[in-house]
Amino acid sequence: MDLLYQIFIDPFVQMGNAPDLLVQTLWEGLVGGVLYSLIALGFVLIFKASGVFNFAQGIMMVFAALTLVGLYAVLRRWGISSGELAAYLALALTLVVMFILAWAVERLMLRPLVNQPDIILFMATFGLTYFLIGFGELVFGGEPKVMITDELHLPRGSIDVNMFGGFVSFQKLDIAAAVIASVMVAALALFFQKTRIGRALRAVADSHKAALSVGISLEYIWVVVWFAAGIVALATGIMWGARSDVSFALEIIALKALPVLILGGFTSVPGAIVGGVIIGIGEKLGEFYWGPLLGSGIESWLAYVIALIFLLFRPQGLFGERIIERI
Amino acid sequence: MRAPDASTVAVGDVLLSVEDVSLSFGGVKAISDVSFDIRKGEIRAIIGPNGAGKTSMLNVINGFYHPQMGRITFRGKTRSKMRPFEAAYGGIARTFQNVALFRGMSVLDNIMAGRTLKMRRGFFWQLLRFGPALREEVEHRRHVEEIIDFLKIQDIRRVHVGRLPYGLQKRVELGRALAMEPDLLLLDEPMAGMNVEEKEDMSRFILDVNEHFGTTIALIEHDMGVVMDLSDRVVVLDHGNKIADGTPDEVKASQAVIDAYLGVAH
Repeated sequence: MDLLYQIFIDPFVQMGNAPDLLVQTLWEGLVGGVLYSLIALGFVLIFKASGVFNFAQGIMMVFAALTLVGLYAVLRRWGISSGELAAYLALALTLVVMFILAWAVERLMLRPLVNQPDIILFMATFGLTYFLIGFGELVFGGEPKVMITDELHLPRGSIDVNMFGGFVSFQKLDIAAAVIASVMVAALALFFQKTRIGRALRAVADSHKAALSVGISLEYIWVVVWFAAGIVALATGIMWGARSDVSFALEIIALKALPVLILGGFTSVPGAIVGGVIIGIGEKLGEFYWGPLLGSGIESWLAYVIALIFLLFRPQGLFGERIIERI
Repeated sequence: MRAPDASTVAVGDVLLSVEDVSLSFGGVKAISDVSFDIRKGEIRAIIGPNGAGKTSMLNVINGFYHPQMGRITFRGKTRSKMRPFEAAYGGIARTFQNVALFRGMSVLDNIMAGRTLKMRRGFFWQLLRFGPALREEVEHRRHVEEIIDFLKIQDIRRVHVGRLPYGLQKRVELGRALAMEPDLLLLDEPMAGMNVEEKEDMSRFILDVNEHFGTTIALIEHDMGVVMDLSDRVVVLDHGNKIADGTPDEVKASQAVIDAYLGVAH
């Protein structure tokens, strides 16, 4: 009885007693969730267009953030005194680097493996992961770095709002992260749905030969998606980097995108968003209200359990396409 | 239906010709030394028993397969092989034997995808989807609506193609090919698996496309009635060899064709 009370009643009583804490928890969950969505989006982009689960998405995020910070340091050393100028220049150069990476991946990895089974492409992305880890460490060194938050004009500090007889504190950085992520997600969704290139991306995802027959170039599309995934990786890298620091440990966070993908369906942009938010909020609420029951620390695995429960009811994910085939 | 005779046929210039094309996969010879041409404005049928190399031939024309030997001349340009992009860009559209649609997309998006090559605005305009890119999208949408009207699929334009019955999927696939405004349309068994009524509809559409848009059509078909009614000239393949080429009547009378279809007493 006591256990049932602790599981089903007590957390809600707590929520009711301290609504300010509840709002704070929800907010933190939301921000975390939006950032998960952004990582998941990187996976979805590539999965949609080439049917490849890109294991390297996490390391691409780290690599992008490291490149940004590294290039910034180089530019400063070369005598660009204005931190701001150096930061934006570094940002532009990082985009160029991500484009070169996309191009190289297409040329050196995807093209030679065209028409191979998906599992082989999947393994190739493992190879890419280890290459990027090694290459990143070689160029930038292994020690954690500080994200150039101020130079990029990302806000610091927090806004404290008086509500429900308590304070809820909104980190300005979190607000910025949520806004940037939302804008990116909306832009990508629109791009996918409504433009020629977006349509071509989906066409390639559905059928290579049909796409070829209408004159869509697979090579071009692959460069575009990998570049888009690179941009997403850069944005996530900056945000996560600003919240902690820029190090290879960040790659672990990318694994959190997995339950998000299971929840949202591997092919759905809205799924990635909703899935991310559900996981983010569920995780924080679970940790805060139910965590103590299990001796805390449940945040690291709760996401997977949430995904598992959803899978029981909707095996195709929330928004995944249900494949109906005539037999 | 019209009855082609030798005088009306063979008027147009040669649009595409294949010369001495051979294609093999490892030790298996799919096509050996086949030559024929397709003239502007005609309906050209490619027929033959199963495994005759008909689909392989279309794949060669369309650039999916690269023949080991031979030449392909399309619009005066001779190549040893086509590339799918070159073929599409040059105005060759096709449909597939087992419908190859973009299953996750609506009918409208499928047909719009056929306009890909006609749309010019670059990546960054597309990203913005504003100004010229938006105008372009609207303009192409108008054209696609005409095709939708033409094929009488107005009521299903928002439906995901995966949910459509087979006959309609084939029609949508034809629509996607038409959206490319092709000079040469390759149809791989456009009527396979259809009932009589659907076949009649499809025949009507094929003739209309040929007459109204002046599109040259090359088609593979097993239904002999349909082939004889529709086509101006027929080429017959058997085991990768060309065994006959001519008007439907000539082909029907050919002993080699009869043998290929009915077998020969040994």
